[in-house]
Amino acid sequence: MNTTSNLQHHLRMQARFIESQWLNLLRTPAYTLPTLLFPIMFYSFFGLLLIPGQAQFLLCTFATFGCIGASLFAFGVGIATERAQGWLTLLRATPAPVSAVLAGKGFGAALFTAIVTLVMAMLAAQFGGVRMTTVQWSGLLLVMIAGSVPFAALGIGMGMSLSPNAAPAVLNLIYLPLGFMSGLWIPAHQLPGFMQAMANWLPPYHVAELALHVTGTKTGTPLLSLGILLTYTVLFIGFAAWAWRRADQHT
Amino acid sequence: MSSDTVVKVENLSHQYGAGAGTFAALDAVDVQLEAGQVTALLGPNGAGKTTLIKLLLGLLPLQQGNISVLGCAPGSDRARQRTGVMLQASGVQDNLTVLELLRLFAVLYRHSQDIVALLQRLDLAALAEKRFQTLSGGQQQRVLLAIALCGDPQLLILDEPSTGMDPAARRSFWQVLRECRDQGRAILLCTHYMDEAEQLADNVLVMEQGRVLMHASAAAIRQRVPSQLIKLSTSLGDEHINRLQGVQSVMAVNGRMHIYCHRAENVLRELLAADPGASELEVGGADLETAFLALTKKPDNHLEQAA
Repeated sequence: MNTTSNLQHHLRMQARFIESQWLNLLRTPAYTLPTLLFPIMFYSFFGLLLIPGQAQFLLCTFATFGCIGASLFAFGVGIATERAQGWLTLLRATPAPVSAVLAGKGFGAALFTAIVTLVMAMLAAQFGGVRMTTVQWSGLLLVMIAGSVPFAALGIGMGMSLSPNAAPAVLNLIYLPLGFMSGLWIPAHQLPGFMQAMANWLPPYHVAELALHVTGTKTGTPLLSLGILLTYTVLFIGFAAWAWRRADQHT
Repeated sequence: MSSDTVVKVENLSHQYGAGAGTFAALDAVDVQLEAGQVTALLGPNGAGKTTLIKLLLGLLPLQQGNISVLGCAPGSDRARQRTGVMLQASGVQDNLTVLELLRLFAVLYRHSQDIVALLQRLDLAALAEKRFQTLSGGQQQRVLLAIALCGDPQLLILDEPSTGMDPAARRSFWQVLRECRDQGRAILLCTHYMDEAEQLADNVLVMEQGRVLMHASAAAIRQRVPSQLIKLSTSLGDEHINRLQGVQSVMAVNGRMHIYCHRAENVLRELLAADPGASELEVGGADLETAFLALTKKPDNHLEQAA
C-alpha cells in the first residue's frame, strides 16, 4: 500500500475515532453535565454576580477551569472506565493506532472546551459588559484548547493508574482544590500571600495567565507562563507514557 | 510451515511475577492452527488459555519461544489486519449504536466486509440503530462477533463467544462459525461449553497448568481417554477402585463414585464382587466433557499429539 493511500486510510480511521469519541462523550451525562454546567454556573455566580468589575478577568480564569475539567475527566475517567471494560484491550488487538484513540478523545474534549468557552464568552459579553476584539476572543479560545493539552496528559496517566470507581473521586480531589489554589475562582491577587506564592507554581494559574495576556486583560509577554506550562506538559506526558507502559505490562 | 498453517507456536513459555513470586502460566507449549479448521481450546481455570490468547494477539511480550501469526510476529500490523478477536471481557463504548460500532471497527481494516451484509447475516439488521447498552446479553455477543468479522479475518480468536446466548441463538451462532470455517478461516474457540466444542471442533486443545495435555481431534481424544462412565454408591474407597483392572480414574461426586473406564462390564463385575451392596448404578458413554474431566483429573498427565 503506497504512502498516499496509507495516509488516507489513517485519516479515515482518525475521523471515525473523532466521531465515535464525540458521540460517546455527548451521550455520557455524567461527563457532559458537570463539564458544561459547573464552569458556566460558577462563572455566572462569581464572575457576573458576586465579584463586581472582574467579569473579563474571571472569564479567563473560569474558562481555564472549564478547559481543565473537560480534558481531565474525558481522559482520566474515560480511560479508567474503558480500561476496566476491556475496550482498550480490544482496540490493542485490532489495527487501531493509539494516536487515533487518543486524538479522538482529545478532539472531543477540545470541542467541549470550545463550547464552555463560547457560552461563557456570550454571557460575559451580554451580562458582564466584556468587550474584546475578534482577535482577542479567538486568542482566548485557542489558549483554552492548547492549554488543555497538559491536563489531557495528566488525565491519561491517572486513567491508566486508577480504577473506574476511584477515578472520579481522585480527579475531583485534584481538580477542585487545584482550581481554587490557582486563583481560578477568586483572583490570585486576592488570596492570602502564601497562596499567591503557591499559585505561581501551578499549571492552571499559568494557563489563565496566558488567557489574560491574550485578551489584553494583562499586559506584557507571558514567557514565564509559557515556559512553566511547557515543562508541566513534558512532565505529564512522561507520566502518561510511564502509566501506559506499566498498564500494558499488566494486561 | 505449510501454506495452510495460520498460527505456529513453538516452545512457548510465559511467566508472571519475579523472584519468589514467579508463576509459570505457560510451559513449553506447541500449537499449530490450520486454515479451515476450528480448534477448541479447553482447560480448567488457570490452565493458561487466556495467556496463550493474549500472546497470540501480541498483548503480552514474548518471553520464550516462537509465535508466528499469518507468517508475521504477533501484534504486528499485518497480523492484526487479518485477525478478528472476540475477548471474554470485550467492553465496547456501550452508548454507541450497533452501526456506529461496526463503522468504527470496519474502518480499521484495509479489507473489510460489507457492514449491511454482516448485519443481515448475524440477524442484527433490526438492531442497527440501537445502542449497545440496550441489547440483551446474547445480542451483545452477536455484535461482538460482527466486530470480530468486519475485517474479513483469516484468523478468528474467540474467547467464550456464546456466553449469555439462549440455545436457539447459540445454534445460529454455531452455524455462522461453520460458515466461517468453510470459508477457510482458522478459528481458535475457547469455550467452557463442551457441547459447543463437540459440535464445532475439528481439533481440541486441552490445557492444564500451562501445559498442553492433548491436541487432537475430538474423536481421537474420546478414543484415548475412557469411553465409559460408571456412577454408583459403594462402600469401596477410591484407592480400592483405582486398583481394579480397566479403571482410568475415580472421582467422588455428591456421595457417589464416578468411575472412568474403557470396558464397563469388566469393571462392574469386579466392583459387584467386592461390594455386592453397591447401589444407584448408572452406566453411560463418556462424551467430550467426561473425557475432558478425566484428562484434567489424571494424576500422570503427559503431552500427546494426534497420530
